[in-house]
Amino acid sequence: MRRLLFKSLVQGPLTEPAPAADDAALAELAARVNQATRKRLGRTLAIREVDAGSCNGCELEIHALNNVLYDLERFGLRFVASPRHADVLLVTGPVTANMREALERTYHATPDPKWVIAVGDCARDGGAFRGSHACVGGVAAVLPVDLHIPGCPPSPLALLKGLLALLEANDAAPSRTLA
Amino acid sequence: MDWPHSLVSREDWHRVAERLQSGELALLGLWGEPGFAHMALMENASHACAILSLACEANRFPSVGRLHAPAIRLERAMRDLYGLEPEGSPDIRPWLRHGGAYAFLPVEGESLHQIPVGPVHAGIIEPGHFRFTANGETVVRLEERLGYVHKGIEALMAGASVERAAILAGRVSGDSTVAFALAFARAVEDALGAEVPARAVWLRALAAELERLANHFGDIGAVCNDAAFAILHAQFGLLREQVLRASHACFGHRLMMDRVIPGGMRCDLPADGEQLLLALIALARKRLPELVEVYDNTASLKDRTVDTGILSHALAQQFAAGGYVGRASGRQFDARRTPGYAPYESLQFEVPVVQAGDVNARVWIRIQEVGQSLALIEQILRQLPSGPICAPVSPQAGKGVALVEGFRGDILAWVRIGADGRVERCHLRDPSWFQWPLLEAAIEGNIVADFPLCNKSFNCSYSGHDL
Repeated sequence: MRRLLFKSLVQGPLTEPAPAADDAALAELAARVNQATRKRLGRTLAIREVDAGSCNGCELEIHALNNVLYDLERFGLRFVASPRHADVLLVTGPVTANMREALERTYHATPDPKWVIAVGDCARDGGAFRGSHACVGGVAAVLPVDLHIPGCPPSPLALLKGLLALLEANDAAPSRTLA
Repeated sequence: MDWPHSLVSREDWHRVAERLQSGELALLGLWGEPGFAHMALMENASHACAILSLACEANRFPSVGRLHAPAIRLERAMRDLYGLEPEGSPDIRPWLRHGGAYAFLPVEGESLHQIPVGPVHAGIIEPGHFRFTANGETVVRLEERLGYVHKGIEALMAGASVERAAILAGRVSGDSTVAFALAFARAVEDALGAEVPARAVWLRALAAELERLANHFGDIGAVCNDAAFAILHAQFGLLREQVLRASHACFGHRLMMDRVIPGGMRCDLPADGEQLLLALIALARKRLPELVEVYDNTASLKDRTVDTGILSHALAQQFAAGGYVGRASGRQFDARRTPGYAPYESLQFEVPVVQAGDVNARVWIRIQEVGQSLALIEQILRQLPSGPICAPVSPQAGKGVALVEGFRGDILAWVRIGADGRVERCHLRDPSWFQWPLLEAAIEGNIVADFPLCNKSFNCSYSGHDL
């Protein structure tokens, strides 16, 4: 193990440079982020992930954000274990009828101000499961959604761009937001 | 596949349940449709497989779960989805259909307390509810409650076109998208008597082995992470990411969703594909021994995995537990070998089996399977035939079945196509149906803090199970 640790020390970080924030996401967020929110949350955001019926594909890619190549935490973004510690809910899946109540309760347990990001095509409108009797069909049918990150599943890079847009919108000059 | 399929009487159905109870037969699947119950079986001695169907008069059928516990949850699901009543079942509580209060099993004794966990868990994982009853730190009973991610996939498939159903099959469980798409495609091809071009058969195996690699790498690291051993998590996470990137470069999608389609493959390897994959294999072979050595020689880590969450051979056998869960408890079964499917009969590989049944054994099986998959990919690349990659299928009436070895274990796919060429009924059985109940048994007597470790070493699918 000593050898492995030593190698990790001398080879330098494997983490890749950050992508630019996603423009479409920035535009979607511009209307949602106001000055008060910016002041209170700053550049550090705590994220609570909620699987509301996903096939687990989105979770795999969200997981990848934590690997050494993407290293989400360098941006001040981190996943937390409880909605009570979260600023952002990252919601996946077509929202199954069986998860609806748990999703609502998670949202209410998250302190204000908070954002909801719908991740993946299912979370937008039910995706492949649209029209199922067992699904509500999209996160927006249950919660106010601030940002969509499309994809089936979105790649870690697409996720990263969306999350960076959230930080940038949060950072932006007041003229870029509708206060 | 030539699985005999017969319509049986209630008496025969009951006799089969008795043979399941005696251990002569293994249950591969039990599912319903309006008015009918179906059962897939394998004879343990001969590995011969068959499908039985029973017309359910007044929507009733003799419970298999009454004699053979692995059937209980499947029967609860049949009752929820199709209103079929398992006569004499010891448990008819709703399973996939939620709403209203749920009666957990009673637990009696002194100094017991309960810990409810989920459906929203602390990590980035799928939702499910675990009800622990503990005496101090020790788990006396774990009861799972699943069904939170029930998406109604079987209902969506009924009446869908084959193309649409293939997309749904690829989203039953995202981590096994290749395996499910392959199982569905092979069942459809079986139903239609369609031939798949040789190159497609081999490319499918290539994608399936890449999927196995990615999952094994990710989960070995995740088990270490649940013992708070971060360095291996980071290292194995890196290997997983490299497999996903190679998959994307070769098949145009990191998880290879929608690449396997009925009739063949959607895309071929790019010109530099072979070189890319050989480089991946070389990299993995170079790094793996070092990481395995760290796993094996770190006492604090082994202290957590050895002797933790032991699954007995008897239970693994009774539940016909597939994949590394079964093979870590001495059950030698791999669908690639028995009943087997192309191109694996032309490939050399071993099916590692150990007896210990603990977390460490499940990790070791996966470490060894990584080696096998690397060798398989190498052989596939060497022998990959040339030619077309897809022969479009023309759907017509028929019934088909397939058994495919996903990374987690054997996946059963059964499909019936109507005269209009659309899917009448399709049932996809995830290996987790027979593994989830075993986790309840494996955790008994362990401390609550070891649950994440045990759970990750099983890594059952929620979505694949909830359908």
